Amino acid sequence: MGNNLDALTTIFTEFYYWVTVVLMFLIHAGFLMYEVGMSRRRNHIHTLMKNVMLIPLVTVSFFLFGWWIYFAFPNGPFIFEGKGIDYAAATGARPWDPAMGTNLSDHINGVFWAAFLLFSWTAASIVSGAVIERIRSGAFWILAVLIGSVAWIIDASWGWHWDGWMVKILGYHDAYASGVIHAIAGGFALGVLLVLGPRLGKFREDGTPRDIPAHNPWMVALGFFMIYTGFWGFYAACNVPIISPEVIDGQITGLTWTATNIYLAPTTLSAITFNFLMSLSGGLMAAYVVSKGDLMWTFSGGLAGIITASAGNDLYHPVQALLIGAVGAWVAYKMHYWVEKKFKIDDAVGAVAVHGYAGFLGVVIAGFVLWGQPSSPYEGYAAINPVGQFIGAIIMFFVLGFLPGWAMAKVLQSFGMLRIPRKVELEGLDFEVNQTYLDAVDEVQRAEKALV
Amino acid sequence: MPSTNGMTSWAVDLKDMAAIYPFQGWEFFMFVLAFIFWIGWHILQLRVEATEVEHELDADESGDKAREAIDRY
Repeated sequence: MGNNLDALTTIFTEFYYWVTVVLMFLIHAGFLMYEVGMSRRRNHIHTLMKNVMLIPLVTVSFFLFGWWIYFAFPNGPFIFEGKGIDYAAATGARPWDPAMGTNLSDHINGVFWAAFLLFSWTAASIVSGAVIERIRSGAFWILAVLIGSVAWIIDASWGWHWDGWMVKILGYHDAYASGVIHAIAGGFALGVLLVLGPRLGKFREDGTPRDIPAHNPWMVALGFFMIYTGFWGFYAACNVPIISPEVIDGQITGLTWTATNIYLAPTTLSAITFNFLMSLSGGLMAAYVVSKGDLMWTFSGGLAGIITASAGNDLYHPVQALLIGAVGAWVAYKMHYWVEKKFKIDDAVGAVAVHGYAGFLGVVIAGFVLWGQPSSPYEGYAAINPVGQFIGAIIMFFVLGFLPGWAMAKVLQSFGMLRIPRKVELEGLDFEVNQTYLDAVDEVQRAEKALV
Repeated sequence: MPSTNGMTSWAVDLKDMAAIYPFQGWEFFMFVLAFIFWIGWHILQLRVEATEVEHELDADESGDKAREAIDRY
């Protein structure tokens, strides 16, 4: 830090990211409430623990190699000018580098690492909901590390990085992660579900699906509100809060400092506040009508609305965000039931639809609405365009999402590690825990009564 | 190549910049779209609710389930 203005800017930026990280914790708390609310009483403890333990596992693996991947892979596998791994740019992100610890010359690395890490938790948590009540926890945690510390951070390096090859060559624009978090996590979940299979009793003998209702709608609703709240932190975390044109070092002239998106292109917190709320509203309104007031789908529609508009919410007009959000929620609802019926996919919480299909659609829509706009403040980058966005959506959903999820699930299945046995599924994952609890209660009650 | 917000590069001085959303000049049209969306939602919602109320009127003719619901509070 050269002078006090630099120091103030640096410490403001450090504090800004720190606050976003704390806010984003609410996303995870919300996912926990939502998943447990959606599961049946005999599976509560396992549902809870399955999701909670992804926190330390993804955190440790993201420290060990995830953060390094982000800086090392922006050229793709020899896609941009034949370049491979960028070892020089990734220096500072290896666990043994001095910047990966208490270091008075670097105030940003830790909070920036944590902001990305919370996105990693979210990616894994999205998958967690889809597979409840029949996956082995051990299998899920391996899958969580794969999506949270490998697959998503590769896509971030490619398409959510100022220097990423997808931005340079395709003009890929995905400011608040319609594709880089949601489409990839939805695609990954779909790949896993295809191998894992539906819960027992989900489909009738004639193949038509049964509804397996949430055991606690209140808990589901509260969980959604916490996810919405954490999503604010997520949006703020996707921005650089304050930066000068000189530091950006691109084409911007003059001396006016600005906030930017992850590509270092200017936007404002005000813009994303308008658009976050309008896309949430569009999603809630459309989902309420299309689902005929169903609680789970109305709340999910709010989320799908934000997710669909997220790719371009740094640049859209609020009315555009509203309508795009409405379209996304409508498509997510229709696609969920069509895929469920047609392909017998049991997505317990609608995660593939809300995150995967809505995220995919959001990336594609941004290509049309933002057509021709610069994807970056740097010279020579492709402009935002529908073809680049469509290819980008395919990369996110299928290449980095669906394929790794499906392949790893196949491997786990081949070792008999993916799914719990039929008997355990029927008696409930918490059977042993519940019996121990009842025995303990009985023993304590008898002991206390003997003292009366 | 034209662009939906008129910008094709960020080679600008930010002090001279204002609105950057797409389709500038169409704000009133977008306002009308949002207005139609809002009013349309009320119309659709009222229809959905009317159907729902009709279904509820047709259900439980004996009143047994209603009495059970009252007991459950």
